[in-house]
Amino acid sequence: MGARAVSLLQRSGALVALVAAIVVGAMRYYDFLTAENLLNVLRQNSMLGLVALGMTFVILTGGIDLSVGSLVAVAGVVAARLSPAGSLVALVCGIAAAALLGLVNGVLISKVRIQPFIVTLAMMIAARGAALAATSEQSVSLGAAASGLAWLGRGDVGGLPVPVLLLLLAYLVGWVALRYTRFGRYVFAIGDSEEAARLMGLPADRIVMATYALSGALAGLAGVILTARLGAGQPVAATGWELDAIAAVVVGGTLLSGGQGGAGSTLIGVLLLGVIFNLFNLEGTITPWWQWVMRGAFLLVVVVVQGRLQRREAHG
Amino acid sequence: MAQSLGLEPARRAPAAAPASLRRHLPGPQYAALGALVVLVVANAVFTPHFASTSNLWNVLLQVSTVVLAAVGMTLVIATGGIDLSVGSVMACAGAVAAVLLERGTVLAVIAALAVATLIGVVNGTLIATMRVQPIVVTLATLIAGRGIAQVISHDGELVTISDPAFMQLGRGYAGPVPVQVLIALAAVAVALFLLRSTPFGRYVLAAGGNPAAARLAGVPVPRTIMTVYAASGLLAGIAGLIVASRLGASDAAKIGQNMELDAIAAVVVGGTALSGGRATIVGTVIGALIMQVIATSFNMLLVPYAWSLALKAAIILVAVYLQRPRRV
Amino acid sequence: MTAGAPLLRMEGITKRFGSATALDAVDLVLQRGEVHALVGENGAGKSTLVKILTGAYRRDTGTVELEGQPVSFDTPAEAQAAGVCAVHQEIHLLTHRTVAENIYLGREPRRWGFVDWRRMNADAAALLLDLGLDMQPDAVVGSLNTARQQMVAIARGVSLGARVLVLDEPTSSLSPREVSILYALVARLKAQGTAIVYISHRFDELYAICDRVTVLRDGRLVETRPLAGLERLDLVCLMLGKRRDELRHGTTAFAEHQARTAGEPTTAPLLETEHVGGGSRLRDVSLQVRRGEIVGLAGLLGSGRTETARAVFGADPCARGKVSIQGKRLDARSPDDAIRAGIGFVSEDRKAEGIIPELSIRENLTLAALPLLTRYGVVSRRRQREMVDRFMERLGIKASSADQRIRELSGGNQQKVLLARWLCTSPRLLILDEPTRGIDIGAKGEIQGLVNELATDGMAVLMISSELEELVEGSTRVVVLRDGESVAELSGDQLSQQAIIHAMAEGGSTSSPGIAPDHPVH
Repeated sequence: MGARAVSLLQRSGALVALVAAIVVGAMRYYDFLTAENLLNVLRQNSMLGLVALGMTFVILTGGIDLSVGSLVAVAGVVAARLSPAGSLVALVCGIAAAALLGLVNGVLISKVRIQPFIVTLAMMIAARGAALAATSEQSVSLGAAASGLAWLGRGDVGGLPVPVLLLLLAYLVGWVALRYTRFGRYVFAIGDSEEAARLMGLPADRIVMATYALSGALAGLAGVILTARLGAGQPVAATGWELDAIAAVVVGGTLLSGGQGGAGSTLIGVLLLGVIFNLFNLEGTITPWWQWVMRGAFLLVVVVVQGRLQRREAHG
Repeated sequence: MAQSLGLEPARRAPAAAPASLRRHLPGPQYAALGALVVLVVANAVFTPHFASTSNLWNVLLQVSTVVLAAVGMTLVIATGGIDLSVGSVMACAGAVAAVLLERGTVLAVIAALAVATLIGVVNGTLIATMRVQPIVVTLATLIAGRGIAQVISHDGELVTISDPAFMQLGRGYAGPVPVQVLIALAAVAVALFLLRSTPFGRYVLAAGGNPAAARLAGVPVPRTIMTVYAASGLLAGIAGLIVASRLGASDAAKIGQNMELDAIAAVVVGGTALSGGRATIVGTVIGALIMQVIATSFNMLLVPYAWSLALKAAIILVAVYLQRPRRV
Repeated sequence: MTAGAPLLRMEGITKRFGSATALDAVDLVLQRGEVHALVGENGAGKSTLVKILTGAYRRDTGTVELEGQPVSFDTPAEAQAAGVCAVHQEIHLLTHRTVAENIYLGREPRRWGFVDWRRMNADAAALLLDLGLDMQPDAVVGSLNTARQQMVAIARGVSLGARVLVLDEPTSSLSPREVSILYALVARLKAQGTAIVYISHRFDELYAICDRVTVLRDGRLVETRPLAGLERLDLVCLMLGKRRDELRHGTTAFAEHQARTAGEPTTAPLLETEHVGGGSRLRDVSLQVRRGEIVGLAGLLGSGRTETARAVFGADPCARGKVSIQGKRLDARSPDDAIRAGIGFVSEDRKAEGIIPELSIRENLTLAALPLLTRYGVVSRRRQREMVDRFMERLGIKASSADQRIRELSGGNQQKVLLARWLCTSPRLLILDEPTRGIDIGAKGEIQGLVNELATDGMAVLMISSELEELVEGSTRVVVLRDGESVAELSGDQLSQQAIIHAMAEGGSTSSPGIAPDHPVH
């Protein structure tokens, strides 16, 4: 296989799979290719999609963020608590709280030099604990003043649900940032080779901190939306989302070793997983548990194939 | 000379002074042991009913499954890897046993442990021969394993267990000693024996400490890595059986949940560095006890569960920070 | 060329790492438009000097002036901004990114705050054209060969407006055609007034393009002088710290023992390599080692000595040629195969490839011999202790106990443990890569004496060394490598430091007329 074909497969494998899944769905299920079903898929995956976008930035630098699920919960709880003060306050403070915790991750990783895996694992435990402690392990209802939040969760703009709109907007901004801003280029550079990036004079520490803060902020946005949709902030929300987000990023074609991938491929990864599970649901005979099995097996197959392709590329 | 020194400036800056200082500090195991003693004494004084025989047995009973998983995790981490799948493997083992118990206790136990070991072998093969990062491989088996456990237990049903022999695992006593504590002790003893008295133990430490040098000295690095993941799977399987027996049911959603975190915490707090090349089984046991004593005392003091989570996180961070890889 | 103030003046540069002095009051002066060779053996301090120049390390003392202005670079970025750039031996580029991105990283042309890809590619294309490089700006760097990657690194330096460009071993992996492209590029930059520091071990290149040379040795400045009029032999003498008329004898422990007699040529060789090659450095090495012989392997840095050893030991794949042990083809695919065939290998890099730092002396020493010590799956403590005691005593390993961690030992004692690791497997062939580098004089003598003893007892030894005395006094025969090829074999009366230097510098020798000494000179 030529290097070009390998790299094409690596970049477009998920897209091909997504198209195939959609074709299969359209042919097999009458209900699949309806606006309602497709919007439903998008809406259900919008929050995970936001989290996966932040994860993409982190993984592109060669790091990992296991704390995103807990940060979603923290932001949701903060937003619900502050909702009596108005929707805007709730939104901003929810995002800011998660972003701040993400920044703490970044500082511990780039300045104190502890492995990303451990730092974000500890943050995952601690932030979950904080969310539980702050709420006495009870869910917090939204205040009546937060009508804006209700719109955020359930409203629509010209038929497009607001969460879906935000998702698409975030990916557009993320794509532009990665491709057309220096920050984005530096993210790629650090994941490619941190040593080379430093020797070329890039402020590697600042970039790494920024990506973890960004990952926190996007988790925060997802958390506020989740709270808006549920009508309450739940401290146990989004458990295990870090795994789904990582799976979406990897399935999309972003390499865990950093430096290769992008926002577009993650969106495809999110949609691919979303569509596959939608098909499972439509089929009706595949239990959720089999879906778990397939999710894990799918992730394994993808990383093994990726590893092979990568090594082939390195040799050829 | 510069070549052999070949160090980046960032690494070498703090080397000189702390190195001499550290020689006078106790090793990480002793630090952990000291912390455990302080914790127990403080609890005995300040926590009502803590220093009762029944409570102390209770702590040991609670900690035995964590110790089992953490012993396997110690071996894995000593090779420089990580195993996130232990919790799901526990659930799988519990499910397999629960479903097969009606066909005989021995068969059920053997089948359950075989499945657990097999998942470990899959992990090890992908990591050692395909060279995929351990964190991703075991993350995938964490996801898939939980699903497999649910599928096995008749699609997520709670499978109750009534086999009397099997119930001994989690509820039986040998004299005053709970059977599960004995099992955990046996696992600890076997691991100590493997590490201290067999070539395998040295290969584990060599493969984690300096893979390039180990390879040049003829150490079978891939086989060693495969074996530690298989061992981790087997031990997690035993832990899963114990939990299922304790519950009297296979609860595929609950068994082993977050066990990977508890096991990693025990290992790290016990003084085994995440960078590999070192392993202290005794330290891991102490680490597990520390975490358990904290959890138990918080529970008795009616401190919210949430705060014990935050404290757990802080302890892990501090332990890792103190054991950052240093160059000599 | 010497007229006017120098472009760059480094004076009295000193750098210490812990207790070791890497650079001791070194000076370097660069003129505009000169190509300045920087040479020295391993550990001479070239890399450290370059890293200080380019801001990767901070100097302890000394001054740096650029165009008469004192400067002090704390980071590579500051050095680059001032026009000082380095192209490193291991190329520091982003392999997944394009040529244009690598050239402009950190200075991307922007439009309304966004990266202007079109202009970036156009600028890169213009720059590449200007430098005479036939390359697509949107090619991914990782898909280019090493030579072209090097060109990209140089292009980046040029685009940064480099006035001082450091090329660290630029040709170590280039084909002759690529080398000529590099030469053209260097000539072009030189004409524009750029000063180029050129680090290389290939004398042909130095003489082809360099104007002056600075020789470093053991962190000290030996000499700076025009290259014209300096004979190659004298240059090698400067690098190694020898004087031509004063090649002494009797400084190693080998001299205390009887001169090694040649192994009986009638016996079949224990190890034989025929035209072994592989990788980028190893091209064509043929040599033989018999029982009871110490065969020295000489050559300058990068000549393929270590690569030869690793290929024999199965640590690296050996793509071409044949390796046999006692006439039987070996072709080890892993160290395990070689160990089973009775070979031991002590690597030159103790830290990276020798010691397992966290393990005790006992475990390090017996690591390779564990299968011999194991009964029913259990390592016999008693036999292990006996083995460790025996070798610690025999080799005089100084430690508080066998339980001490090996990383706490001195270099010499670590080396003895690594030697013992192989001796306790009773190997037939022992390969030693720089066995006495970086260890104190006392331990050095002991190790040399021990190696001598082993050979006398019938072991075959292949010894790589950069120390000529060690080779001349210790070896039965010396095989000299040059650019990955065995170019000479010296023994008996022919074996002298002068002859080795001659072979390393010029290649070829009267004693091996069969091997072509010629090397393309540009």
